[in-house]
Amino acid sequence: MSEPKKVQGDLVLSHVRKSFADFTAVDDLSLTIPKGSFFALLGPSGCGKTTTLRMIAGLEEPTSGKISIGDTDITYTKPYHRPVNTVFQSYALFPHLTIFENVAFGLRRRGIKDVDEAVEKVLGLVELSHLKNRKPGQLSGGQQQRIALARAVVNRPALLLLDEPLGALDLKLRRQMQIELKWIQTKVGITFVHVTHDQEEAMTMADTVAVMNNGKIEQLGSPADLYENPKTVFVANFLGQSNFIDGVVESSDGSNVVANIQGTRITFPKSRNNASGSAIKVGIRPEKFRLHDPGDSTHGNVLIGGKITDISFTGVSTQYLVEMPWKQELVVFEQNDGGAPDLVKGDPVTLSWEPQFTFALDGASK
Amino acid sequence: MAIAHVGASDAPKAPEKKSKKFAYLLLAPGLLWLLIFFAFPLINLAETSTKTPAPSFETGEFVQTFRFMNFLDAFVDNQEQFYRSFIYALLATLLALAIAYPLAYAMAFRAGAWKNFLLIMVIAPFFTSFLLRTLAWKQILGAEGPVVSTLQFIGLMAPDGTITATAFSVIMGLTYNFLPFMTLPIYASLDRIDYRLLEASGDLYSNGATTFRKVTLPLSMPGVVAGTLLTFIPASGDYINAQLLGNPDNYMIGNVINSRFFRVVDYPTAASLSFLLMASILVVVLIYIRRAGTDELV
Repeated sequence: MSEPKKVQGDLVLSHVRKSFADFTAVDDLSLTIPKGSFFALLGPSGCGKTTTLRMIAGLEEPTSGKISIGDTDITYTKPYHRPVNTVFQSYALFPHLTIFENVAFGLRRRGIKDVDEAVEKVLGLVELSHLKNRKPGQLSGGQQQRIALARAVVNRPALLLLDEPLGALDLKLRRQMQIELKWIQTKVGITFVHVTHDQEEAMTMADTVAVMNNGKIEQLGSPADLYENPKTVFVANFLGQSNFIDGVVESSDGSNVVANIQGTRITFPKSRNNASGSAIKVGIRPEKFRLHDPGDSTHGNVLIGGKITDISFTGVSTQYLVEMPWKQELVVFEQNDGGAPDLVKGDPVTLSWEPQFTFALDGASK
Repeated sequence: MAIAHVGASDAPKAPEKKSKKFAYLLLAPGLLWLLIFFAFPLINLAETSTKTPAPSFETGEFVQTFRFMNFLDAFVDNQEQFYRSFIYALLATLLALAIAYPLAYAMAFRAGAWKNFLLIMVIAPFFTSFLLRTLAWKQILGAEGPVVSTLQFIGLMAPDGTITATAFSVIMGLTYNFLPFMTLPIYASLDRIDYRLLEASGDLYSNGATTFRKVTLPLSMPGVVAGTLLTFIPASGDYINAQLLGNPDNYMIGNVINSRFFRVVDYPTAASLSFLLMASILVVVLIYIRRAGTDELV
């Protein structure tokens, strides 16, 4: 019977490092997760996101650094003394207990005698009240996932950790659960920290996304911010697709930058220039490009002399590969809304895009 | 299945029939083995159990008279050994459980790289006959053995005291001999527990002791049930330990059956006792399994 302290507030990680025998999983990570937010840690496998989550849960001890919720330091607090609950990737439902007892587990351990009302309420929230007498083995993956969520939420923790909670579900169910999770988070108002490698999942649900790579946070921001103005090539490529064209900054006035890319002069807002030197990599998302027949009137930045080398139909859009005069192939998505000209393989094309959709990174960055 | 119905209507039936036939074929050697080595001797034993001495009173000559009172007589005459067998077996099972559970737990969760080594150490005694090992214990615990002389030297034991020829040494022998049968199933069920369940329990406000009580122990119950059965059943029928490490006051029902068969040549009584032993073990085990409710466990 170990009642966790009544702790509330923002989750703060400061200079947290976790080294294992031969590598550093988390490297000097500092992060503030505001109370009540839906926060996603996004990154490829091995980037340190799960280790970070486990340190917050108390399942791993940081090698150095500090973790606190509000004013309370929880760096070395035992997991069972933390106001933190986890939805495990494998769900980790107790196979020997009924669904009801699984959900009641945390409440009972805290010495709460009358658990019926709280358990029934949370089972209602995940719409599985009718399964309360079953064993976890008799439930489908999606149902188990909801029970795992209910088992954590029922404790009203200051912080709910979700470790790739939808990883084992099929695509359709995953989409449905994403919406449900977001709805439940809004309803219960608990801070959710969600670890995932699925960028779409992170962007759909989270208010704030931190993209992690090699134990560090590459960039942190709102999903739209990360997508539209990535600060590194890694972020630009991890969240969707990007075209990068090498270029040089020629001049910049108050609000705009003029750059030369492969002999063509383009402009973009100064706020979109994340490079420190004059050598830059200009990034344009495939869906920002517009395709024109050569000679048509254009608007914004323009690249001429392209040639269609491949066309593939993907449903909502068509993907074109366009070979530029400097032998680079650019990816272009056009909505299938009749706006783009009818093009076939080998057709010459002109590309254009609006300057505000450009982003520039350091020329040396990979 | 739904897809199969649309296409060939009788095609899926053929392989099903074939696989059923194949299953019987695979079962055949086992069934034959059971018939020859279990059913026939059992029938023979049942037949012997109701015989009475032949009118000629020649040793080893019996005639079938269907005297079912043989069972009652056998029980009444050997009650003491019956009770003793079950008490000894029960104590040995409890002792073995007390030793094996921590050992299996350490092997499953704490041994790390030593896991396989410890597993081999548990199995190693099987490489020699249990008769030889029990004889070795007789030497170790005997009057001239190192244990008695040491205990006597430091004054913890009277100069004329013994360890062998006591209930203690018989129960110890039983515990020792059946310890691997207790350890291995418990180890197997502990080793199978998903470590994340223990983490989840900790995450849900259980400290180590509560996690053990609420998660580890219930999940290892199949192993505990299997281990206790594998210890209790052979221990209650054992006679080697009582014979080598005990004296006639410690004799168990196995010793009686043994002597009835081979010394007194009283086959009907020996056969009746064998059946009574089997039946009582069966009853005890059935009650135990029902109480333990293993079918509820995954």
